[in-house]
This record gives sequence, structure tokens and C-alpha cells, in this order.
Amino acid sequence: MKSFDYVRPATVAEAVVASMTPGAAYLASGTNLLDLMKTGAARPDRLVDISRLPGLDRIERLADGGLRIGALVRNADLAHDPDFYRACPAVAEALLSGASAQLRNAATVGGNLLQKTRCAYFYDPFSACNRREPGSGCDALQGENRLHAVLGWSPSCIAVHPSDFCVPLVALDAVVEIEGKGGRREIALEALHRLPGDAPQRETLLEPGDLVTALRLPAEAAAFARHARYLKLRERTSYAFAVVSAAAALDMADGRIRQARLALGGVAAKPWRARAAEESLAGATPGQETFRRAAEMALADAQPSGDNGFKIELARRIVGRTLALAAAGTPQRLPALPGSPFSSHPGAQP
Amino acid sequence: MSFPISLTVNGVRRNIELDDPRVTLLDLLRERLDLPGTKKGCDRGQCGACAVLIDGRRVNSCLALAVAHDGAAITTIEGVAHGEELHPVQAAFIAHEGFQCGFCTPGQIMSALGLIGEGQAGDDPERVREGMSGNLCRCSAYAGIVEAVLEAQQKLADANRRDAA
Repeated sequence: MKSFDYVRPATVAEAVVASMTPGAAYLASGTNLLDLMKTGAARPDRLVDISRLPGLDRIERLADGGLRIGALVRNADLAHDPDFYRACPAVAEALLSGASAQLRNAATVGGNLLQKTRCAYFYDPFSACNRREPGSGCDALQGENRLHAVLGWSPSCIAVHPSDFCVPLVALDAVVEIEGKGGRREIALEALHRLPGDAPQRETLLEPGDLVTALRLPAEAAAFARHARYLKLRERTSYAFAVVSAAAALDMADGRIRQARLALGGVAAKPWRARAAEESLAGATPGQETFRRAAEMALADAQPSGDNGFKIELARRIVGRTLALAAAGTPQRLPALPGSPFSSHPGAQP
Repeated sequence: MSFPISLTVNGVRRNIELDDPRVTLLDLLRERLDLPGTKKGCDRGQCGACAVLIDGRRVNSCLALAVAHDGAAITTIEGVAHGEELHPVQAAFIAHEGFQCGFCTPGQIMSALGLIGEGQAGDDPERVREGMSGNLCRCSAYAGIVEAVLEAQQKLADANRRDAA
């Protein structure tokens, strides 16, 4: 690991200043950053330890009915908060379907949003990767690319964003609060991650010094709490990244869908909101035909980027299954294997 | 540059002069504090062999910088038994043959202690399997591990009830 300077500022304002130095990176728990530093894929000159900044580790109910989640709240603490499960069950399910218990105990909310792709060529400094080293090429294009993107990719980069958490968050219109050199601002989570285009190294809209301080869920998210699920297909039933995943949240009344939210994971360089599919569901009667049509629309623009054409049909099926499970109702308690289509828990049966 | 940190390791306060911020908690324990019970498997957060409790929570020590944990209380496998008396989780791993080669066992036991403390799995074997999925065992002693965790959890709950009565 390359050597680095370590500083631990006492306030958010000091942290922003400390990270304006070229080569600086924020350190929260480091579950992703340290891994990247060990392979040499990340080589920061300075770590700005934000793990003890005051006030960023709270889950707050806002006056307007929304929720604010501090960037330093641990993934496990958020997922196991009973009030949070009642308000945003698909988000809790997504969190608990990711990583392992000891990683979730350490990893933070802000770190989850900003985790890097798990593309093996990005991780390996001896491979060509435009995302890590602009202009070097993309070894994934001709390499092991079964798990790579089928939506929004470009010839310069076919990597996917690995977060489960972000998928239902994007569906529920989550907002990211940012502190930067120009003060405080906020952006929709859906706009935070960029598609690669010809500049995959610009992964997010964040500027040097920008610190994610909180995540906000609007009060409207509560309307979907009774019919919300996250499903994730992976190569083993636990402790693996998504091959494809989907978050579905339905606002239902009198046997019909009033409004729907749908997003996909594991398919693109960002969590993928499927708005056309959502519109097709509004006002519809839930059923296999309705869900299959929505799934077709969600994947209408999908194209294989390598040996991964199978992901397109898998994604259609996981969308259909997630919608069906959401329509059946949020379980009182999460199944033993959160996000798994193979769980033996009755709440997860199709 | 040096970084003075203070850790409480297995109940003992340790003052440490770190000469380099790159030292992980795992390397600090093994190489500098003479506590090699915590194992280095993948060193990448994938295998769980390095699990310890930080302030009571199970965490992979290979992905934790020592300098960032100044002031923390760390429990390693060396701090689990009471003298010669094994902790109920340790005893259950032996009784149920929850290991073969033993390399992953310290991490398994620390992770099991964390899981029991979290109180999320209850007596559901599937929830225990899911809760222990971050600890790989290449001898594949998983069936024994799940049995050991369930039995130890039950014994600890019974002991707590007796203490409360």
C-alpha cells in the first residue's frame, strides 16, 4: 500500500478544507477504500478520517414526515432500526442482502453510496481501465464480463455500480445532502452517479472536497411501505454482489396500483430507475400480464456488453417476481435470506 | 510521523506508538501486540478469518486502520475464555465439530459472539447460516458451526435467565 498522510478533522468544515488537497480521500470505515488501496487501485496521498465527525450518525424523523439518515450511520444499524423497516422495508431488505454481517457493522451509509464498481479490471492496476486510468482502455470488453452492464454502458466502460442499498433508494426519490467548498447543497440520488459516456473516471457529480453528510427520504416514501420488496439474484445465496436485482414499491388501493416505483441494480454504472415501466403500472390491476409488460419496458433499451445477454432475461424475470411479491405485501418481518428469491420463508414465496 | 493511540485489548489498556498509519488492526494485533490468534486469510474483507469485536461489534480487522480506532475496546479470540475455562461458544464448537483444520475458527467464534449479541437470528438455523455467511470455512464444517452457534446461544440464554432469577 502506498504511504499516505492521515488527518482527523474535528468538524465538517475542517474536513472539507482538509480534503481540498489534491490526492486526498475521505475515510469513513474503509471497508471499500482500504481494499482498493491494498490492490493499488486507489492511491490516495492523504486520508481525511471523517468517522468521528459529530452529528452524522443519527436517524431523524423530519417535521414534514421524511427521514434524514446521517452519512455515518452504519448499514447494520439502519437496517435493524424497527421504525426504519416500517417506513422503508425494501431499503432495509436491500441493505441486509448486501455484504456480510461484520461488513455491515462497519460500512457506513455514505460509503455505501460512494462504493466503487467491483469490476475486476478496475481493481487490478495492471489491467487497462478507463475508469481508473483515463485513456488506458477497457480490458473488460474482451475479458470476463458476464456480470457487466446491459444498460447505459459505453465502449469506454461497461462496469456496474454494486450497491443494493441505492436501488430502492433511487426508486423512492432519495436525496443526498452534500457539504462542499461552496457550502451546503443537495442533489437527487438518481443524479449522483454518472453513466460512463466517454469519461467513466467521473463517477459521480461530486467535486473535490464534497462530503456527503446525509441521505434524505421524502415523506411520500411512506405511501409504498405496505407493498415494497427488494430481490437480488446472485451466484450464491448470501454474501455476493447482485447479478441483477430489483426494488419494487407499490401504492395500492382497492385492488389496483395507484402508483409504482421500480429500479434495477447490477445492470448499469448507476442504480437504474425504470420510469416508463412505473407509468405503465399506474392505474393497472396487479397480475402476471401487467408485471411482464412492465418488465419488458424496464429492459427495452438493454444491450449485452459481452457474454452477459442472459442478464437481460434474468432482469425481466426478477422485475416480474419483485413486483408480484410487492403486490402480495411487505412481510411483517424480513425473510431469513433477505432479497433472496430462494428463501424458504413463507413471506417470500411467489 | 508517529501516531500515539490507546486501545483496550481483551480488557488491558495498551498505549501504542504507531509509526505508520497504514497498519491495520489485524497486523497490529498479530505483529505488534503478540496476539496471533486472529488470523489473516484473504486480507481483503472476504473470508472473515480476521473477525474481532470492536466495542462489542464483530468487524473484519483487516479492513480497519488501527490509527482510526484510537480509544476502542477490542476483543480477540485470546480474550474469550475465562482462564482455563472455555467460553460456551468455544465449547460448543468442539462438541459439534465446528471446524477441521481450525484456521477459520477464531474468526468463526468471534463472529458467532457478535451474532449472538446482535440477537437477530433467534433459533432459526437459516438465519444463523445467513448471519455467519461472512465467515468462510474451506474444510466446510458449516453444519457443525450452525449447530454450535445455536447450542451456545441457548446455553448463554439459559445462563442469563438463571442469573436474573
